[in-house]
Amino acid sequence: MGFITQHPVLVVSLVKIAVLLFIVMTALAYLTWLERKVIAHIQSRVGPYYVGAHGLLQPLADGLKFMFKEDVTPPVSDRLVYTLAPILALSLALTAIALIPFGPPGVQLLGQPVFIVSNVDIGLLFLFSITSIGIYGVALAGWSSNSKYSLMGGLRSSAQMISYEVSLTISVVGVLLLASSLSFNDIINGPNGQAGYWLHFIPKWNVFPQIIGFLCYLTAAVAETNRIPFDLPEAETELVAGFHTEYSSFKFAMFFMAEYANMITVACLATILFLGGWLSPFPDRWTWQLYLPGAGLILLGIYCAYDTVKTMRGIAQLQFAVVTLLALGGGAICLIPVVAKDIQGVFWFTAKILAILFFYIWMRATLPRFRYDQLMSFGWKLLLPVALANLVVTALVIVWPMLVRHG
Amino acid sequence: MSVPVVIFFVCALLAIVGAVRLILAREPIHSALSLILVMLSLAVLYLLLGAPFIAAVQILVYAGAIMVLFVFVIMLLNAGTEERTDFSKLAKYVGVPLGFFLLLEIGHWLAHSPAGAVVANGAGASGRAADTAKLSEQLFRQYLFPFEATSILILIAILGALVLARKEE
Amino acid sequence: MSVPISYYLVLSAVLFGLGVVAFVFKRNIITIFMSIELMLNAVNLAFVSFARAQNQLDGLVFVFFVIVVAAAEAAVGLAIVIMLAQNRQSLNVERVNQLKF
Repeated sequence: MGFITQHPVLVVSLVKIAVLLFIVMTALAYLTWLERKVIAHIQSRVGPYYVGAHGLLQPLADGLKFMFKEDVTPPVSDRLVYTLAPILALSLALTAIALIPFGPPGVQLLGQPVFIVSNVDIGLLFLFSITSIGIYGVALAGWSSNSKYSLMGGLRSSAQMISYEVSLTISVVGVLLLASSLSFNDIINGPNGQAGYWLHFIPKWNVFPQIIGFLCYLTAAVAETNRIPFDLPEAETELVAGFHTEYSSFKFAMFFMAEYANMITVACLATILFLGGWLSPFPDRWTWQLYLPGAGLILLGIYCAYDTVKTMRGIAQLQFAVVTLLALGGGAICLIPVVAKDIQGVFWFTAKILAILFFYIWMRATLPRFRYDQLMSFGWKLLLPVALANLVVTALVIVWPMLVRHG
Repeated sequence: MSVPVVIFFVCALLAIVGAVRLILAREPIHSALSLILVMLSLAVLYLLLGAPFIAAVQILVYAGAIMVLFVFVIMLLNAGTEERTDFSKLAKYVGVPLGFFLLLEIGHWLAHSPAGAVVANGAGASGRAADTAKLSEQLFRQYLFPFEATSILILIAILGALVLARKEE
Repeated sequence: MSVPISYYLVLSAVLFGLGVVAFVFKRNIITIFMSIELMLNAVNLAFVSFARAQNQLDGLVFVFFVIVVAAAEAAVGLAIVIMLAQNRQSLNVERVNQLKF
């Protein structure tokens, strides 16, 4: 116990890292479940249904499959680079998630903020740096697979990521001009931050003054993570190639997880920069919003209970009964006032991330793909000028009073 | 053995190992990866020296863009897999010991110089965020002309690369 | 105990020396380019250490400019290398010893 009180930073950081890692890995697995379910329902079918109630154990089955599949290593020219590429991709994708604040810094345990793993003063710049090294995972994977199709797929994919990274960074600078700081806490809460309301009911989130920046950011983010409609280099996998063709079992799973982790990172960034982070859209006077998470979970529990009794049979009924109990228990815990107040920030943050991820999955189910040359000309000839114009107009609007005053 | 000293020695070791591997590697892609390792460890050293902005710019621009360019060119040109580096006998048996001795002497004189006595206390990120604002003020007020000149230089480089790499039609 | 600046300067000198060795002894033109980047990095480290020692920001501004100029130089240099490789079909600098091929 003495060790814990003498080194609070170290102990709390280690616990936070372990918990975050566990939560992120579970979230990655269940993001695949969510994606398959949403796409299925958009396409008027059901999706995974039989592996566990409503397919909830499907990610577990997929994970087991990846672990036990045979690891076929093709005759690659360079084993070190071949093994290094997926490790690089996954570790960088997970490192980026550590920089993100999931809740306000006020919620503390042993004097350390609970929901923020690391609070760097130039957090945004570091996040972009980590994203820019993530390109190596793709390029090296394509090259070391010793196959022309993998090489072309890898080079195309990394060229696409580099091109859209420029637009991504520039579309964010408008927000930085408004907030005058690179730290996430200042962007959300700072002097020109996103707390407070216009006209008493429109929250001061950056999406309203920077709507063009938000749209540019979303487009560039979808291209950066190689999702539809920008996934031609990856969709070649469905035909013959792509940079992760020659990878099997766990190395492929690492690329897969890295892609979803990148998606989560980009959604978290969009939430923090444009959608107000952990701030709630309702005014603080409305104290009933404290009970929203608890009420939501209990409603979910009631629906699951109804489903358990009426429609499920056999082992699915047992599994769904467990889910019901978890939901009801979680809801009851969230209704305790102490927990409800602390959990507000995380609840709103998660809700916003889920909204953006739903938008991503919706786009995947609905839109066709760009051809590669259309993709590159869109990135350089349309998106970059629009992002630059957004930046120039924002800068002019901010500096205008000073210019007018000095003639 | 405080934490900054340990971090310094680990990063210095990684940087030197990376640089030696750059020389000794047979394949250019391994040299490129070693150089990326050197740049990343230098970024951590910049953090220790209290320049977080420069560390982030180093990773973002140097390791994340320039080295990607190198790696692309190596991949596209299928840069030669076998490459012998012949150290002549004079270099191996006389040069290396002499170089080592020179290094010892430089280290000795640096350690006894006034500049060398200043201690970098590894100031972390807190209290240094103002440095980003101050750095940008210096950049845009005192060094505005070099800033604009380098932006024109980059424009010239883009045009030059486009013209050079175009196929003769 | 924290780290004296002289340690950083010695590291910078060592890296610069290794960069020079790589420049002199390697034959692949891309590796020679990379050794130039290594030398520039060593110089950057020296700049940042001195900026810290004197508690001024001028060294950091100069590092910024060095990085930018290195980017421009790498772009043009690699374009030249690509053209060279297409014309001579070899990346060995010892083969580029005639004006006409």
